[in-house]
Amino acid sequence: MTQTLERPSTGISRPGRPPRRKRRLSFTGWFRSGGFVAVLFAVPIVLTFLYFSWGPVVSGLVMSFQRTNLVAAPVWVGLNNFAFVLTDPELPQAALNTVYYAALGLILGFPVPIILAVFINELRRGSWAYNLLAYLPAVVPPVAGILLWKFFYDPSSDGIFNSILSWVGLGPFPWLNSEAMAMPSLVLYTTWAGAGATAIIYLAAIGGINTELYEAAEIDGSGIWSRLWHVTLPQLRNIIFIMMLLQLIGTFQLFTEPFLFTGGGPNNATQTVMLKIYKYAFVNGDYGSATALSVILALFLCLLSVVYYYFTRRWSPS
Amino acid sequence: MSVIGTGVIVDPIDDQQPAARPRRRGRTKVREERERGAISATDRKRPVVKAWMWVLQIVMLVGLLFAGLGPLAWSARASVSTSQDILRDPMSIWLKPFQWGNIGQAWDGAQIGSSLGNTVFVALGSTVATLFVSTTGAYLLSALRPKWGPILSGAVLATLFLPGVISLVPLYLTILKMPVIGVNLQNTFWGVWLPAGASAFNVIVLKRFFDSIPRELIEAARIDGAGAVRVFTTLILPLSRPIIGVVALLTIVASWKDYLWPMLVLSSPNLQPVSVTLANMPNGAMPFSVQMAAVFLTIIIPVILFVIFQKQFLRGVSSASGLKG
Repeated sequence: MTQTLERPSTGISRPGRPPRRKRRLSFTGWFRSGGFVAVLFAVPIVLTFLYFSWGPVVSGLVMSFQRTNLVAAPVWVGLNNFAFVLTDPELPQAALNTVYYAALGLILGFPVPIILAVFINELRRGSWAYNLLAYLPAVVPPVAGILLWKFFYDPSSDGIFNSILSWVGLGPFPWLNSEAMAMPSLVLYTTWAGAGATAIIYLAAIGGINTELYEAAEIDGSGIWSRLWHVTLPQLRNIIFIMMLLQLIGTFQLFTEPFLFTGGGPNNATQTVMLKIYKYAFVNGDYGSATALSVILALFLCLLSVVYYYFTRRWSPS
Repeated sequence: MSVIGTGVIVDPIDDQQPAARPRRRGRTKVREERERGAISATDRKRPVVKAWMWVLQIVMLVGLLFAGLGPLAWSARASVSTSQDILRDPMSIWLKPFQWGNIGQAWDGAQIGSSLGNTVFVALGSTVATLFVSTTGAYLLSALRPKWGPILSGAVLATLFLPGVISLVPLYLTILKMPVIGVNLQNTFWGVWLPAGASAFNVIVLKRFFDSIPRELIEAARIDGAGAVRVFTTLILPLSRPIIGVVALLTIVASWKDYLWPMLVLSSPNLQPVSVTLANMPNGAMPFSVQMAAVFLTIIIPVILFVIFQKQFLRGVSSASGLKG
């Protein structure tokens, strides 16, 4: 018994106590105080992050200043890659498309899950059915969903969407075939695919709102809409800000949808920055330019996050 | 169950809310039952509100049925129709005879069966890798707390703020030739499994949960003579089962949906998960009806799993989002 009590600390530190005293620097002391076990536990996380997270980030930064083709040794080319990428005649269009996509996603897609969640939260029975139905699209694997929707978007008057819309006297619309409608069509699909999953997050946040606030508002004579507008939305402010930023970051890195729906067409109307990166790297084999564009996009997103953070902090409580 | 407009007090146990379901497990009683939303019981008695709620509910239900079930139902029917019927008049396939052969042709001929197997294999491997790396890492940062712990946790946290795009190309080159050991992981499942483990989000979620485990428990186990490894395997892991389940769920879903990375790493057709096989299908020789059957097979499996486990699933997803926020 005394033996077990005298066992050296396994290195599990106790909160509320000052940090361990500095031990004498000897290997056995280090070993017995749990140093070796700690290293053992650090091996998986350090190795995985070195290989698949920190390493690639650093080598991405390095590669953006190099010319690499996997055969010859990489050559330093200074800012040539950046110059090449930034003067690419297709870049302004791709950047504009990406911004356009993000803006459309915010305007058309962003409110949908909030409305859905507020609505489901007010239901007193059967809300599970609404929940289930709203979440179903999120379970459909994106590639399968895209193939299906690509067919639904058939521009002929026999296409699924066109025939449904023709019941109410609309259409036929060209959907993915027209430059003007291709991007909104992509946004429509991503909203369908993502709204249910996001609504669940809002639903959890709405469930956390203190109901006394509603009661107080009601006693003060505010109606239902006014309660939603003046209590629910402000209470969701933080989560809305976070979700908005996450959506922005996600849409700026959009790849699968334009790649599979349109491949960037028609006439580059859905060409995005991610598609350009893919094309540089895996079609042209120009890894330097691809990483240069990645670095530019990543820097832009970091900048966006910082600006966004300072901008929204003013409206946040506390 | 209180009916809209009649309820004096709204049913206190609202079983439908995924986040507030206190009955399931005694110890995870998170929140008191919700009594009301923005609409109060008094409001619900007013005829205007009643009418509005009815209209809204019906409109929403029809809309959600169309959006949620419509594509599924159509793809189910299209999977057993002829290409001609689907292409000529896609809305009229409901009345045409069934072509059961499509399903089998998609399963075997279009290799959907084997690629679904690959998807499962990829998802399971990614989950194991993720759980192994993130639980050991979180235990290290939460309980063992070596002197260099803060540096490590800062470095892990930092990757959370870097957009994924920055490492896509170099990650691919890493897979082609692993630095130092010089192994090529392309066309091996390791190339998909291992990078999935480098997820800062999961490490942080698990660390936060481990932090909430009372230190007294660890202390007691330690006094009883358990070493750090023993504490980890017999105390921390069993106590963290719910959060480990959530992390596993999120990893499975993410890897099930992933397309770009497996497309790059697994270029050999008999290793490809179903997302890649499916995306290549329009370029192949398969008739359109078989493609639709393949799409349906890919959709129906996760949908069935979701419908069976919807309660656990939705609760897991919403609890993870709570951690995110």
